[in-house]
Amino acid sequence: MAEIGLGHYLSLGAVLFSIGMAGIFLNRKNVIVILMSIELMLLSVNINFVAFSQFLGDLTGQVFAFMILTVAAAEAAVGLAILVAYFRNRGDISVEDANFMKN
Amino acid sequence: MTFASFMFYALSFVVVASSVMVISAKNPVYSVMFLIAAFLGAAGLFVLMGAEYLAMLLVIVYVGAVAVLFLFVVMMLDVDFVELKQGFLRYVPIGGALATVVVVELILVLGAWVLPSDEEMARSHPIPTAAQTVADPDGPNNIEALGLVLYTDYVHFFQIAGVILFIAMVGAIVLTFRERDGIRKQDPAQQVSRKREDAVEIQKVITGQGI
Repeated sequence: MAEIGLGHYLSLGAVLFSIGMAGIFLNRKNVIVILMSIELMLLSVNINFVAFSQFLGDLTGQVFAFMILTVAAAEAAVGLAILVAYFRNRGDISVEDANFMKN
Repeated sequence: MTFASFMFYALSFVVVASSVMVISAKNPVYSVMFLIAAFLGAAGLFVLMGAEYLAMLLVIVYVGAVAVLFLFVVMMLDVDFVELKQGFLRYVPIGGALATVVVVELILVLGAWVLPSDEEMARSHPIPTAAQTVADPDGPNNIEALGLVLYTDYVHFFQIAGVILFIAMVGAIVLTFRERDGIRKQDPAQQVSRKREDAVEIQKVITGQGI
């Protein structure tokens, strides 16, 4: 078995990103799982940044991953707040029937 | 197989399997639990890569804060989660096809990637490797090196991160705040401004008649 290199980590990131993307398509009725899928995609991006940072020997990637972590936490907080407000108004969390703005 | 590569495959398996469970679990509470498992696996991978500080941050921020937030919201919403799973299989073909295309694309792109020249590497912020840290425990380690660049070269980014978190906090409070009627609350201003005339009434009681 070969030594673990950059390619291994990047492939893992690609797989994780695709799982997150598939999750968005599969869970059309549940916004909570869609938000979790977005978190997974951000995690895969973080893995890529840290892998590049470590294998290129440059700390900037880790600083950027830190910023992504911050934005992901903010996104989760605001997203869940919107979800709670939406649920209060509508009594359901399906994205398929979200048509407040249409009519 | 070295210990490091064994750990890589084990942790990758944990991360990928948990992520698949996140998007396919019937109950969102289980999804959150698997999300925590995925984050812990990723934190292990970060340790394996030598980014200890980010690994600990991932555990504290994601497992400690974000996952708990998700859990609270899942438990707060009164939704029939079994019914939410209806129509899940309808999107499996398109979702699976798209995911496959993206993963093949990404791996093809990354396969064509080349390392930068030594000249470009020399301009970067050097990073202490795990071997260096082990050889010289008093020398710069990951968190020390990160702190040295984060509070100097990237101090503006650091402050902007604080502003982003502050705005997110304000936004979340504004979105979920609800003023409700019919709740008895203490109003200090009203208490302080209360006069004697408002509270006490003096009646002249005539003997034998009462009030």
